[in-house]
Amino acid sequence: MPNVVEPITAADGTPLKKKLARALFRSKLRAAGLVLPLFAFIIATFVVPIFALMLQGVHNDTFYTYMPRTAEVLNDWDGESLPGELVFATLAAELAKGKKERTVGKVATRVNRQYSGARSTFTKTARKAVKMEAPFKEAILKADKKWKRVEFWQAIKLTSETWTPAFYGAALDYELKLNEGFERKVEKERIHVKLFWRTLVISAVVMGCCLLLGYPVAYLLATLPLKTSNLLMILVLLPFWTSLLVRTTAWIAILQSQGVVNDILVWVGVTSDDSRFSLIYNMTGTVVAMTHILLPFMVLPLYSVMKTIPPAYVRAARSLGATPTLAFLRIYLPQTVPGIGAGGLLVFILAIGYYITPALVGGQSGVLISNMIAFHMKSSLNWSLAAALGGILLAGVLLLYWAYDRVVGIDNVKLG
Amino acid sequence: MKREKYASKIGRPQHLPSNMVTCFYLTLFIFSLHSGNIMLDSSDPFVRFKNVQKSYDGETLVVKDLNLDIAAGEFVTMLGPSGSGKTTCLMMLAGFETATHGDIELGGRPINNIPPHKRGIGMVFQNYALFPHLTVAENLAFPLKVRKMSAAEVEDKVAKVLDMVQMRAFGDRKPAQLSGGQQQRIALARALVFEPDLVLMDEPLGALDKQLREHMQYEIKHIHESLGVTVVYVTHDQSEALTMSNRIAVFNDGVVQQLADPVTLYEKPENAFVAQFIGENNRLLGTVKDVTKGIASVELDNGDMVKALAINVGGKGERSLLSVRPERCIVTPKKSRGLTALNGRIEELIYLGDHIRCRMNVAGDDDFIVKVPNTSSQLGLVIGAEVYVGWETSDCRALDYLY
Repeated sequence: MPNVVEPITAADGTPLKKKLARALFRSKLRAAGLVLPLFAFIIATFVVPIFALMLQGVHNDTFYTYMPRTAEVLNDWDGESLPGELVFATLAAELAKGKKERTVGKVATRVNRQYSGARSTFTKTARKAVKMEAPFKEAILKADKKWKRVEFWQAIKLTSETWTPAFYGAALDYELKLNEGFERKVEKERIHVKLFWRTLVISAVVMGCCLLLGYPVAYLLATLPLKTSNLLMILVLLPFWTSLLVRTTAWIAILQSQGVVNDILVWVGVTSDDSRFSLIYNMTGTVVAMTHILLPFMVLPLYSVMKTIPPAYVRAARSLGATPTLAFLRIYLPQTVPGIGAGGLLVFILAIGYYITPALVGGQSGVLISNMIAFHMKSSLNWSLAAALGGILLAGVLLLYWAYDRVVGIDNVKLG
Repeated sequence: MKREKYASKIGRPQHLPSNMVTCFYLTLFIFSLHSGNIMLDSSDPFVRFKNVQKSYDGETLVVKDLNLDIAAGEFVTMLGPSGSGKTTCLMMLAGFETATHGDIELGGRPINNIPPHKRGIGMVFQNYALFPHLTVAENLAFPLKVRKMSAAEVEDKVAKVLDMVQMRAFGDRKPAQLSGGQQQRIALARALVFEPDLVLMDEPLGALDKQLREHMQYEIKHIHESLGVTVVYVTHDQSEALTMSNRIAVFNDGVVQQLADPVTLYEKPENAFVAQFIGENNRLLGTVKDVTKGIASVELDNGDMVKALAINVGGKGERSLLSVRPERCIVTPKKSRGLTALNGRIEELIYLGDHIRCRMNVAGDDDFIVKVPNTSSQLGLVIGAEVYVGWETSDCRALDYLY
């Protein structure tokens, strides 16, 4: 007789697995119901906007929306010599339409990002296009001499394409040329890569400063008697209870050339009155203010890790013959690595996207990539470039996170 | 200072190790590791506490005027209830606390100002303090590496000490992967691997279950006997102290109440605290009526007169606590000649196999215990019976009045 394993059944005869799944389904449903509001909130306010913005970095349909027929006829153009009469006729018609519907300005701005000076050419020609008659090629060429340049047409064709890698290229200081691909921008126009590097360096310096200043404080907090350490903890948390703006402007009062620090230095005689140090509106100001603001994010994870390390370990190391330095380096420090990792990662990631403080105290040399993104979002309204810059920043952070996971291990991070 | 080679001893026959493999490895270990170890002449104290006082807050003394000499090779236990100052003394000896007053000497040298890492004292901590981020082998290699020994030497000694505690196969594990008993062995091995002359143990067996604790007691005792190291052991467990120690210092309230070998401590307690703390004890309270030739006549609070050895009593009219061990009392239906005998009523009988624990009401005290041996003649005991309880005068000690 073959040995068949009968499925175990519940008292009423239904298979136990089915019964169990039905019983668990209720509780799973309830659990899902509890997190649903937050899940929906995050999807609506975080995930969707981020994806929408990321999309802007590679997708821009301004030109196609307002001049669709021009875009279509340009599709067939080889991009080698001036286009034919058909293109000019379509362009003239749509320019006239755009003039009437007041949409030509948007198209002009879009093209202007690819070819500077294009805006005036577009608006000027659009004005004249209303009264233009065939042959349109001649009329348009007469309206502005830029229409005679093949490069200008190439730029227009590039902007007419709705899916484009041009913005990511621009975010890395590369220019997209029709039929040629990416080309590095001239030296004085390469600003983004420099800013990315500066952001990384400043974030790393801020992280290092926070670690140097925060480690001893966290150690004190973890080892002092409760009464004293509570007082110290209040001092550490005090900055959290003060507005970010107040704290940053306080640093302006302290560090500016007529500020507290310089006044004292002049009074002591370290420097003369007419050669005061410039401690703010540059990289120094950004580093000092950001270190101050981000310090608690380093101290708290370190503290929570150090709190769990009994003093017996260092004592054991000492009794086994290790000097205080050796006991610290070999026994205490390795056990605080999860705290260093958590604090470092937290501070670095916060610093890399920091905006208000560098904007207020950064001056020219102390601004970060986030300030550039804000500029494109709010002033130049080049959202596609802002999205590309943001996308690269996000990719960079994820890359660092991945690298950290490989080197230290993300399980080794303890936030409290 | 006169020094001599320490001749290693093998464990006494009455305390054979629970398994013979231990014994074999121990012997191997002694010859390989400690054959050349020099110890001090036992006439000079190896460790000396001289008028040591310690205060943490400047208001109360945790240790009050401690004087304690420990000879080389001795196993001394500091025994006492929590807060009695015993751990503080150990920490002062290890160098983690400084004495407020007095000197601590090690090998004739004052060590008050020597930092812990230069004292060369091995220490086993209460919760073992094995470094969690290092493997067992790395833990054991730590004291050797900080002494800048060569890699080959380190490997050799680690292997030997792992053999000693029978944990050869566990070298690559992390401490968290070991059981409590295994962690305890490694902690012990780590304190011994660099061959210190003095090893301190701070309640090392406190976290183990009863059976393992007893097993480890014998193991520690044998390691001590075979290696000849001086051990200072802190515990609040009296049976642990009695099992292992050469001498026991009973601590209470920052003062050493009595320093003696286990037998003396149990048989001849010098004051009421020691009598109560070590072993089980019956106490009878009374007033001294007369002291002659070392025998005190004490009138109990119910009017009975009892004779007892005058150990620690004041003059006539002073209060006294009489101490009698439960196993030294006998229960009889009528008065026996030559014994002190008091009326008693049996309140409770607990059958424990080898003996019967008999709780009686004697002289108004409801908690008088007699351990009645399980012999056929004694099996007529019934609850509520009015009997006599008796003992030899030499088994009853008149001590200071504690309450």
